[in-house]
Amino acid sequence: MKIPYNEDLRPDTGLYNAKLGIWLFLASEVMLFGGLFSAYIMLRLSDPNWANYGQSALSVPLATLNTAVLITSSVTMVMSWVSLKLKDLNKYSFYMGLTLLCSFGFLIIKYIEYTSKFNHGLFPSTNNFLAVYFTLTGLHAIHVIAGILVNGYFFGPGKKMWNTEPERFTNRIEIAGLYWHFVDLVWIFLFPALYLL
Amino acid sequence: MSKTQNEDSFWRKYIFSIDHKVIGIQYGVTSLLFLFFGFSLIMVMRWQLAYPNTEIPLIGWMFENRMLSPDMYNSFGAMHGTIMIFLGVVPIIVGAYGNYLIPLQIGAPDMAFPKLNMVSYWCFFVGGIFMLSGFFLPGGAANSGWTSYPPLADIATTGQTVWLFGMVFLITSSLLGSINIIVTIIQLRTEGLTWMRLPFFIWAQLITSFLLVLAFPPLEAAGIFQLMDRLAFTSFFMPSGLIVGGEVISGAGTAYAGGGSPLLWQHLFWFLAHPEVYVLILPAFGIIGEIITNNTRKPLWGYKILVYSVFFLGFMSFIVWAHHMFLTGMGQTMSVFFAITTMIISIPSVVILTCLIISLWGGSIRYNTPMLFALSFLPMFAMGGVTGLPLGIPLSDIHLHDTYYVISHFHYVVAPGTIFAIFAGIYYWFPKITGKKLNEVLGKIHFIFSLIFMNGIFFPMLIQGLAGVSRRLADGGESYAHAQSVIHYNEFMSISAWLLALAQLPFIINIIMTIIKKKDKVVDSNPWNATTMEWACPSPPVAHGNFETQPVAYRGPYEYSVPDKDIDFCPQFEKGDK
Repeated sequence: MKIPYNEDLRPDTGLYNAKLGIWLFLASEVMLFGGLFSAYIMLRLSDPNWANYGQSALSVPLATLNTAVLITSSVTMVMSWVSLKLKDLNKYSFYMGLTLLCSFGFLIIKYIEYTSKFNHGLFPSTNNFLAVYFTLTGLHAIHVIAGILVNGYFFGPGKKMWNTEPERFTNRIEIAGLYWHFVDLVWIFLFPALYLL
Repeated sequence: MSKTQNEDSFWRKYIFSIDHKVIGIQYGVTSLLFLFFGFSLIMVMRWQLAYPNTEIPLIGWMFENRMLSPDMYNSFGAMHGTIMIFLGVVPIIVGAYGNYLIPLQIGAPDMAFPKLNMVSYWCFFVGGIFMLSGFFLPGGAANSGWTSYPPLADIATTGQTVWLFGMVFLITSSLLGSINIIVTIIQLRTEGLTWMRLPFFIWAQLITSFLLVLAFPPLEAAGIFQLMDRLAFTSFFMPSGLIVGGEVISGAGTAYAGGGSPLLWQHLFWFLAHPEVYVLILPAFGIIGEIITNNTRKPLWGYKILVYSVFFLGFMSFIVWAHHMFLTGMGQTMSVFFAITTMIISIPSVVILTCLIISLWGGSIRYNTPMLFALSFLPMFAMGGVTGLPLGIPLSDIHLHDTYYVISHFHYVVAPGTIFAIFAGIYYWFPKITGKKLNEVLGKIHFIFSLIFMNGIFFPMLIQGLAGVSRRLADGGESYAHAQSVIHYNEFMSISAWLLALAQLPFIINIIMTIIKKKDKVVDSNPWNATTMEWACPSPPVAHGNFETQPVAYRGPYEYSVPDKDIDFCPQFEKGDK
């Protein structure tokens, strides 16, 4: 038994199954972060003390650096997919390795930020701004870790598929890439919403 | 490539199966057991309501002092709601029916992502175990209602934390399941099966899955906030200066910083929970539509109108959520907006019901068990719908809010509504699943007594609710002055509930007897003379791949009684002269 349209495109929809699946998954992720951002807006607007909650304690330079790191990883992610389209597995490995490196870099910078907050006695329970900050960036970090797991698998053991089903493997990298760009995009919204506004 | 059936190990074949039919049956059996467990909880609660503070007979040994304490009553109530909705009805009507029937009805060999399908079932299973494990914790299972309103839920016993973890698993499960359903329907339709040739059941499942994909994540966000409140002492839902038991527990100098908003939870929760209502009812419409058109031997009346109505219903269900919150003081403007959208959403519901009723007109109706359940669904769902209108208008909601009237309203929709559709579907598709028809006599006994006792439970609740009896009283209103004139109904409703349990015995006996009896009366592939694609494959379908030959759709789904034909049905999958 073979599931139709696992790798080839269905003529009337122009999609293979997993691509539709990932877009639906991303739609649900938009709703998840939509809910989180809405909650942030509602809490902020209904709390007269919000200005005293020490938003300025956050480090804008570190966050800017992190934004640059994450955008770079998105670019290298695209490059790794393009390399596969050009049938160059070595280049793919190079760019995928860079993507993973950037993802780890992001988490390390995030870790430095978190510990400096904790050292100053700023915890999620301190006030609602910090609660929002830690919950939203924490959830985003979990998404980054999930992305590292997926990309790490395709960087390591998952690469074997290239020898048997190159078409399908390329599709998988495209799917992983779509997810990774979404994670990137969430950060691009989080950065101004939490650090700048 | 996948192994053939003979090579599958026991584990792969029955436990961690990736065959949509086995997963569908797994969903069905598990959620029927959960339904029974949820019903058992309410049977104990009904003892407390009918005979407050007396010893429970038979199973009294399970409880402290052989009685249901008010705390236990709260816990049972919360778990009854949670189990019935998230572990009973939704998994059976989306998980079981969706998994089993969608690939068959669209002529596909399996779901689009078979492994994801298996993961989705096991997430559901683990979520269920989490929920049930709450009963063994100190302080008992979650006791803040199925809605888990903070700040009460923020400071409730550990059972609430387990409830939230369980919900995360259930949300993951339904997310994976519904993505799978949407992709399957869009991508795996067989040749010739264009959009307007899809059976109505498929449309209902498609819209339902979109609701699940888009509505559940905000609840997940809310659940994460509540977990943070409970475990990391944030104050998302904790207002400043909250006093519990004479003690200030939030604000400066306490564990909680305060400044949060309990209303935020309600918004996020009902943003899921209102579309969830349509998740419960839309697939039921689908099942009823299939059965009515098959047993009237007529095309479904207004197929396109039905499809557009379901679309509109799905869209509107996202902008009515705050009609659950008229009494929270969210303001006049908001109330008016949500009252208007609520009135608008009743229009497509009525259109669907009307189409189904007109479908009966002029048909030569076969009164078999599935049809009887389907026919009784129509007035019972209408009862549920009509009683909902006064709740959607702020003025009348002030009186009815949080009374037994509300309980009666949504139980009319879900119990003799959706659950009757589930029963109808089981009787209708059982021959396809097992190759054997269920016994008609036992089926009719099951039907008639279920119908009587369902009404015996829920109709008096309308009267109690109109008299203003609150739904939250652990003694059924004994200590409540203005409940005295209607309190005598409690005993009648409780007896009806226990008899309803007895009325399920013929159903259980029927299923067991049919399964174990010798295969002397095996049905052919199309015992009901139906037209849709699932009747093209053998009964039961081929283990891997469903169909013996790939079916092709030649016409619309419901071509019954076509003029100038010798037989009264033209199956979608049979090449004809048209």
